[in-house]
Amino acid sequence: MSESASAAAHEPSDAVIDVRGVHYAVDGRPIFSGLDIAARRGLITAVMGPSGTGKTTLLRLITGQIYADRGVVSVFGKDVGTLGSAELYASRQRMGMLFQNGALLTDIDVFENVAFPVREHTDLPEPLIRNLVLTKLEAVGLRGAAHLMPGELSGGMARRVALARAIVMDPEVLIYDEPFVGLDPISLGVILRLIKQMNDALKITSIVVSHDVHEIESIADYSYLLSEGRVVAAGTPAELARSDSPTVRQFMTGGAEGPVRFHYPAADYATELLESPR
Amino acid sequence: MSAASKAGVIEAVRKTGEAGLFFVRLLGACIPALARPKLIIAQIYNAGARSLIIIMLSGLFTGMVLGLQGYELLNRFGATEALGTAAALALLKELGPVLTALLFAGRAGTALTSEIGLMRATDQLTAMEVMAVDPLRYVAAPRFLGGLIAMPLLTAIFNVIGLFGAQLIGVQMLGVDHGTFWSQTQSAVALKDVTEGIVKSVVFGAVVSLIAVNEGYHADPTAEGVGLATTRTVVASSVMTLLLDYVLTAAFM
Repeated sequence: MSESASAAAHEPSDAVIDVRGVHYAVDGRPIFSGLDIAARRGLITAVMGPSGTGKTTLLRLITGQIYADRGVVSVFGKDVGTLGSAELYASRQRMGMLFQNGALLTDIDVFENVAFPVREHTDLPEPLIRNLVLTKLEAVGLRGAAHLMPGELSGGMARRVALARAIVMDPEVLIYDEPFVGLDPISLGVILRLIKQMNDALKITSIVVSHDVHEIESIADYSYLLSEGRVVAAGTPAELARSDSPTVRQFMTGGAEGPVRFHYPAADYATELLESPR
Repeated sequence: MSAASKAGVIEAVRKTGEAGLFFVRLLGACIPALARPKLIIAQIYNAGARSLIIIMLSGLFTGMVLGLQGYELLNRFGATEALGTAAALALLKELGPVLTALLFAGRAGTALTSEIGLMRATDQLTAMEVMAVDPLRYVAAPRFLGGLIAMPLLTAIFNVIGLFGAQLIGVQMLGVDHGTFWSQTQSAVALKDVTEGIVKSVVFGAVVSLIAVNEGYHADPTAEGVGLATTRTVVASSVMTLLLDYVLTAAFM
């Protein structure tokens, strides 16, 4: 499916997050040149692409940590670039984000980590906070680990605690940054199921950034494939699987040869080998 | 001026400006942070109570050296009874605030920088921002205020222990009269001397804490970046302490 077709594939009014024609560069090096992505309400949207295509940068644009050079990033119908800090913080309170490494606060225990956003944003009485936190920890299977410090958790456990923290304020949107990286098969399966359950049970709009094609395709409703700062393909998992685009095929099958370069640009190999050492 | 030194000057000015702007934002964040006394008390404990041993030991030995050197010098003029005054003035006005600031930079400043730098490197600060919690208010301001409050307290302890050390050597070992030592000290030390020391310790506390928090907050999120930021904290804090010590001493003349 082509880029223009992908833009037509969704109704903008249905999009909770709408990225339109975004250009973004770091030190003159373009990361995005005309990016179009939309996450529809209640669906799991996957953003895939090789390493270094700016997937994490996209999440930073959505959460308003950085601003687009050109184009519009709108979240909940508002242009993130025009929001004041109070509005931006209000918008962030409606989102939850799962970081690649969990990003748990290391000086407080698991319980306090999950309770952190609640304590910061509400005046709920302690018994209610306790029940809320234990409910969320139970949902990720870690109620028994409430007293542990983040340093005592495995990578998979830390990510599950971070997931409990991300959903504790009942967000409308959940953003996952590479949720499967470095997980053992069991933890990976658990996280995958949890993402699906959160989406099904709580009707949360989810954006999952990942390069684990097969895992993400098993739960995504709609996927975008990024390469060199643009969407090169978009569609449902079935549509992407049927795609005959060389880029899509290379990415789906993990081939080193194809439109997506494996090698960093370099001088001719033989010439460099024959050169005298520096 | 060569291009490299021009770039160096521009970079230094840019960094100073950045630290100045950060200071203004930090001060703004300090007001709401005051509503969370628990966070500030935890930081006074981290920066202050955990530095006590090093401050007390250093204070004791500094005082003992003052006792020895002061006695040796005053003995040449037959004025050993002024040892208490000399030690007290040296400690209150100079050695107490300056040495405490230097030790504080090495002990608490580096801990602050590396802690905040690692929080940056492990996305903890970003996670707070995304959770709509201002890290400046939650992380930076309590640490800055903790350092600012801890420094004068540590300086006071340094001074007391230092004076005890000077007394230990001067009176107990070298035979200066006990009554003379304390009465001379009491009559010669004026409130202005004490004020000078307190003002210095507050200023040094603010500067060292600001440098430590600023370096950690803006550290490159890598192992090397955090290491470099920690080194910069010690170097910049030490130089700024000595520079401001001269400025403040001159101002109090």
